[in-house]
Amino acid sequence: MIKDITSFATGSARIAFKGGPTFYAWIGFLAIVCLWGLAAWWNQFEHGLITTNMRDQVSWAFYIGNFTFLVGVAAAAVMLVIPAYIYNWKPIKEIAIFGELLAVSAIVMSMLFVFVDVGRPDRVWQLMPIIGTPNLPSSLLGWDVMVLNGYLVLNLIIVVHLLYTGFHRRPYNRKFVVPLLLFSIPAAVGIHTVTAFVYAGTAARPFWNSAILAPRFLASAFCSGPAILLILFQILQRTTHIKIKDEAIWKIAELMAYAMFLNLFLFGAEIFREYYSDTHHLIHTQYLYSGVHGHDALVPYAWASLICSVAAFLLFLIPATRTNLVTLNLGCVLIFTGVYIEKGMALVIPGMTPDTLGEFYEYVPTLNEVRIGAGIFAIGFLVFTLLCKMAIPILQDPDSGKSA
Amino acid sequence: MSEKTLDRRTLMISAGLSTMAGISAAASGKSAGWVERLLKRRFVELSDERREEILADLEESCRKKYGRDDITVSDTGALDGVEFAYGLDLSRCVGCRRCVYSCVHENNQSRDPQIQWIRVLEMKKDHGIDFAESNVYYDPDEVPEPDSFYVPVACQQCRKPACTKVCPVKATWQEPDGIVVIDSDWCLGCRCCMSACPYGARHFNWTEPSIAAEEINPDTHIFGNRLRPKGVVEKCTFCIHRTRKGRYPACVEICPVGARKFGNLLDEAGEMRYLMREKRVFVLKRELNTRPRFYYFYAT
Repeated sequence: MIKDITSFATGSARIAFKGGPTFYAWIGFLAIVCLWGLAAWWNQFEHGLITTNMRDQVSWAFYIGNFTFLVGVAAAAVMLVIPAYIYNWKPIKEIAIFGELLAVSAIVMSMLFVFVDVGRPDRVWQLMPIIGTPNLPSSLLGWDVMVLNGYLVLNLIIVVHLLYTGFHRRPYNRKFVVPLLLFSIPAAVGIHTVTAFVYAGTAARPFWNSAILAPRFLASAFCSGPAILLILFQILQRTTHIKIKDEAIWKIAELMAYAMFLNLFLFGAEIFREYYSDTHHLIHTQYLYSGVHGHDALVPYAWASLICSVAAFLLFLIPATRTNLVTLNLGCVLIFTGVYIEKGMALVIPGMTPDTLGEFYEYVPTLNEVRIGAGIFAIGFLVFTLLCKMAIPILQDPDSGKSA
Repeated sequence: MSEKTLDRRTLMISAGLSTMAGISAAASGKSAGWVERLLKRRFVELSDERREEILADLEESCRKKYGRDDITVSDTGALDGVEFAYGLDLSRCVGCRRCVYSCVHENNQSRDPQIQWIRVLEMKKDHGIDFAESNVYYDPDEVPEPDSFYVPVACQQCRKPACTKVCPVKATWQEPDGIVVIDSDWCLGCRCCMSACPYGARHFNWTEPSIAAEEINPDTHIFGNRLRPKGVVEKCTFCIHRTRKGRYPACVEICPVGARKFGNLLDEAGEMRYLMREKRVFVLKRELNTRPRFYYFYAT
């Protein structure tokens, strides 16, 4: 048993780090971005969050926006698990594990974004039960930390079990894995709902204090996460022997079109309510889409996001463009960009602009913030790349790990 | 798991950790070893002796840092039968901001970058109270301007504080006398409370606060005007170090036009009850149901 575990550990490490020049160039690039981000984080750690452009008026911004976006990406593993296991749709079943790998990487990134956002990183242990003092049940951020950790552990268990049994050429334990996979569906909905409630429960910020915020989060998440996976699948189709059927890719794209429709519909419902009732609360939406008193830093981003989302919806809705490689990939990039802006900037910042006393402070991230963000994304991609590298040989040829 | 096993396990964990703390303290020869710091509990959960030690340590480190041996840190608790409340007469306020600076000095707020717990909003008389049209950076040669009136806003010491509810680590709470306080040694700096507060009353130390040694107010309270570290949130505490000893908050004392009132809500014959009987009071953002203890009124 212990021998099995050590051979799995050394074997998969060997597979993970073995590759051609393109692979090493990619890893090298990610490592450099990591270090670049780490240096920026050190600067922030030394001087405090004054190295960001956040201030009392806009006290959450780029980091928390990225955190929110990545929780959505993590929740998107469900987009593969549902068709694969609920409807027993074979073409997706073999590749559902990549959804879990993405979930693990995205959770790691989202937790790092919370870590770099707090003023006292030396005190994050206080969030943990038993050793710390989590303020449960009343604090939504407290709950969010719990469910995110739980979701990470859940996905790690599934992934490690699949990789471990695959490595030793044993069939995975269906009785163990399938219930966990099924449980990951409500868990994914749960993490994104709790994250939405962090905002939606804030009566002081009318822009966030909306009942349809959680449904909107889920709808947009079911677009952004699969967009990454579709691109990955095409890379795998070309570079490995894993059989990924085109139908599987088209099916996922179709599901994304429905999710995007729901997202745009909910957005429209929100916009109607804001503009028709035309109360004081409209000012945040106005700041986002048209600017107020010459404050218009977010306007181009907001429109770019909307245009990307609508264009991608049309590309994925029409079967001809959904099955065409060029338009499919264009759609993926548009969806990713659209949702990234929507969750990363266009949710958090206008919620706090103007602030609760009416002051306009226009936030744009500093270079230091962007560097830390890039570093975290590099860590996430590094984790995802290495996990995929481990999974690929096991999925295509159970022998390659052992013989290496 | 039964309660018994849990208890035993907790006991074993704490016993183990305390041993580690003991060893570390012995090894470093100082009481603030890293294991001990890691083991630290919230101030309010500690024994009286441990609290004394912490206050003494804090005094010591502040005295050393600023080279002043008159700095004291107290933890004076709430008095029985006291619930503080505040009254502000908007028809008297002239917008001079003396309260702002008096508060900065009294409560050791950072001078660079500037932190100000009181924000005075200039509003236009033909608009009435309207935050969207207010201006906090007004700078005329002379106040008050004829077309303006002024609304100072600080912590409203709500009965149902939105800020304490969202704190993920129980670092902020409401005291029995109604004052909402923060434990700067426990605050994580996540700023959830700043998102939740409808009055912009909470302020963050974006970097190490700086105050000239000779400008420090040496009379400090652990949950109030003690010298704060970087990366934590701070706020108005009705001058907890003064009011729990029967004095007025600094802003009440400094106000040149007598616009500011303060007192015990439970004292039938007191200033606050008189004010609420004789005048008509209102609170800011009533629709949010935070139920402030900070009342505004127009006396004339």
